[in-house]
Amino acid sequence: MQTNLMINGTQQQLELDPRTTLLDALRHHLGLTGTKKGCDHGQCGACTVMVNGRRINSCLTLACMHDEDEVTTIEGIGQPDNLSALQKAFVSEDGFQCGYCTPGQICSATAMLEEVKNGWPSHVTDDLDGQADLSTEEISERMSGNLCRCSAYPNIVEAIRKAAGEGA
Amino acid sequence: MTEHFKMDAPATDRRLDDMAQGLVGAPLDRPEGPLKVSGTATYANEWQVDGMVHGVMVRAPTNSGRIVLSNRDEVANLPGVLSVIQDERLLRNPAQGTANQAPVQGAQHAAYVGQLIAVVVAESFEQARHAAQSLQVVLENGELMPVDPVTAAVEAQEDQALDQGDLEGAITGAAHSVDVTYTTPSHSSSPMEPHASIASWDGDDLTLRGSYQMLKYNRNELADALGVHPDRVRIISPYVGGGFGSKLGLAPEAVAAAIAAKELGRPVSVALQRQQVYEATMRRSETSQRVRLAADAEGRLNGLGHDARVSNLPGETFAEPVLQASHFLYAGENRQMSMELARLHRLCAGSVRAPGEAVGVTVLENAMDELAHEAGIDPVELRLRNIPEKDPESGKEFSSRRFRDALESGARAFGWSKRPGVMERREGEWLIGYGMASAARINVLMDSQARVALQPDGRARVETDMTDIGTGTYAILGQIAGEMLGLPRDRIDVVLGDTDLPPAAGSGGSWGATSSGTSVYVACQAIRRQLAERLEVEEQDLLLKDGRVTYANQTKALGDVLQGDEIVKLGYVQPGDTSEAVRQATFGAYFAEVAVHAASGETRVRRMHGSFAAGRILNAKTARSQCIGGMTFGIGMALTEELAFDPRDGHVANHNLAEYHIPVNADVPQLTVELLEERDDWASPLQAKGIGELGICGAAAAITNGIFNATGVRVRDYPATLDKVITGM
Ligand code: FES
Ligand code: FES
Repeated sequence: MQTNLMINGTQQQLELDPRTTLLDALRHHLGLTGTKKGCDHGQCGACTVMVNGRRINSCLTLACMHDEDEVTTIEGIGQPDNLSALQKAFVSEDGFQCGYCTPGQICSATAMLEEVKNGWPSHVTDDLDGQADLSTEEISERMSGNLCRCSAYPNIVEAIRKAAGEGA
Repeated sequence: MTEHFKMDAPATDRRLDDMAQGLVGAPLDRPEGPLKVSGTATYANEWQVDGMVHGVMVRAPTNSGRIVLSNRDEVANLPGVLSVIQDERLLRNPAQGTANQAPVQGAQHAAYVGQLIAVVVAESFEQARHAAQSLQVVLENGELMPVDPVTAAVEAQEDQALDQGDLEGAITGAAHSVDVTYTTPSHSSSPMEPHASIASWDGDDLTLRGSYQMLKYNRNELADALGVHPDRVRIISPYVGGGFGSKLGLAPEAVAAAIAAKELGRPVSVALQRQQVYEATMRRSETSQRVRLAADAEGRLNGLGHDARVSNLPGETFAEPVLQASHFLYAGENRQMSMELARLHRLCAGSVRAPGEAVGVTVLENAMDELAHEAGIDPVELRLRNIPEKDPESGKEFSSRRFRDALESGARAFGWSKRPGVMERREGEWLIGYGMASAARINVLMDSQARVALQPDGRARVETDMTDIGTGTYAILGQIAGEMLGLPRDRIDVVLGDTDLPPAAGSGGSWGATSSGTSVYVACQAIRRQLAERLEVEEQDLLLKDGRVTYANQTKALGDVLQGDEIVKLGYVQPGDTSEAVRQATFGAYFAEVAVHAASGETRVRRMHGSFAAGRILNAKTARSQCIGGMTFGIGMALTEELAFDPRDGHVANHNLAEYHIPVNADVPQLTVELLEERDDWASPLQAKGIGELGICGAAAAITNGIFNATGVRVRDYPATLDKVITGM
């Protein structure tokens, strides 16, 4: 069936098997392999992209459910010679090792920083109506949907804090 | 031209210390970082190959019997389906690391639940997935085979038995002793990238884009499995999304993809589903370990016993080498060790990060903590008193060993002196405890080759089939070449992960960096000698820095010396006499502060520190990350990780990332790591040793010993989940 997606600012018209997940549409049909498949079951966060500004697991949703939606993938966040502040901070803080979870971490963190800016509380936020801070505890909690078996977690936290401090 | 180097004598010249570029050891960013953070590094299942179709593998639902695909024709006729393949060459289980030949093959009989016995190929992934799920697999004449390591038949591993002195007598006469049995469950490597391969044939030549750690072995394993000559096989694997042992040996999807691609005359991609990674790649064997320690009144060991039982499938020789570090970590003249291998029908047991020490040192360190408590001696002090002068079994000298420094420095960095007494500190609902453990891992050098080309434009290119599985190979090989050739890091290109390049040691056993790094060093030394020859000076009198050559009071640009020529050398390192002449290992110490909830028994790691000594550090940033990664594996092992097997048929009951609990970000505090400066002349001419696994070799014990300090509860059955902790409180 036909699905129209706005991906990284470009309109894409796709003719897809209705069973195609958003993740597989990106990887198999658009060649956008920056978005990773770690589990295909919503358990790891490697496939995180932003749909209309919010982070989601792209393996858990069918492409055809996103007709006319705006999708931002890692390729839309920055390129090797034009990295976002977060991407740069991941490099300098060694916020990855094998790099497989990394695009998901960065998409997730990009959206997460907006959530904090907008005052969304997390499980560890004391004041549900106040401003959330970027303590280690807050960042760790908010990033716990993105698994990293290389376990770059402490460096991921530092990278996010660094980029946020620089006004990512 | 090949430059051979055999490690027969200690490399006391320490040439790297004479170099001027200042790259080796520096905490440089990974050069491939910009690709990884922008999603442009290409992993196995991401190559865009023309005409590619998709294969999905199918599992055996029980652990014995003849396999019949009862609705095969029906499935073959589903939309888009190109083939249903059940081929005798399919692997029963992955090859072990460095096997260099195919493991047991065959798709007619099942040996364990989850064995991958067929592959369904279709035009699209969705079609293949649907067809694979529709295939009915019936097992004929099957009876359930044994799956329980406690009751299964065992084989004694005679070559691992040790009987030195009189351990029984030492225990009887000891002022303090412990005799404890711990169990550890099976673990899964769980790399974030599932195993995947894309196979394409050009006539009789196969190209496999896979996710593998040790390409030169994998190539031979694949060729052997298919019955073709290795020269016909090329494996490409420039980026690997984590391995941790699970991608050491060839896995079933590679053979399935190759067979399907040949049959269809089209490139075929086969990626394992996450559940299949858990069911059909490798597990770390569960272990049952009895440790006996006998000490005098001051806590000096005069007896040490370690007996272990592990398991594996019939036909597999790998037995988790649990005792590996128990042989040398601590003193004690009376020693007894033994190992049993139970034969059972769970998925194959093989290498998971630091096979042996990961669980063996952990349990030994729990026993040491029990002894410290029993004897009323500080746990750090107990270790310090038992550092043997020489290898306590062979009598060999140790090579570099800053074990004492790691214990003392780590204790200071952590604030160990503030350790509370058992059950002494409480903060609200949380009971606070400190725990520590030693770290130890054997060190190995392996055959490895690399080609280095110094180009006329003053750039250099390093080529080897070595892999970078997140370990930092791209970074460190460039640093070594740049240091030796006097070039800034950005003038070095490092090309990896292709069997068309010189064969390397591969990533595993913590030997990758040292072995492949040495091959680069050897090639660069040969280039330096050739430069010196041209200038008619001794190699030692050359100073190379920033693309300039200084010698005999003059300085020239490298390009002027090369005069349009390229110098290419192949460095080839082989292990030699130093492997046997001394005991080589890496050492360290972990310190953890845990909080245990008084009402639920839940444990949180609040702080954790590691001090490590692993010879020369090649890149302080990537080395630290490796240690952090290892310690985090330790957190998982201590608190949550366990493959749960169904007691009836041995299937993995938690075959996914939602139920096999690896640590998440919130489980891991801001770990701190100290890397002790060290040179190990016996290990390699780099004076470096392996560091990729040291971080896990005992780490879990620091946490469980901390739980004891907080609560007075010893959980001797890993992981220390809250139900086990609360039962003891
Ligand atoms: S691939 Fe989507 S959450 Fe794992
Ligand atoms: S960097 Fe390897 S899984 Fe996160």
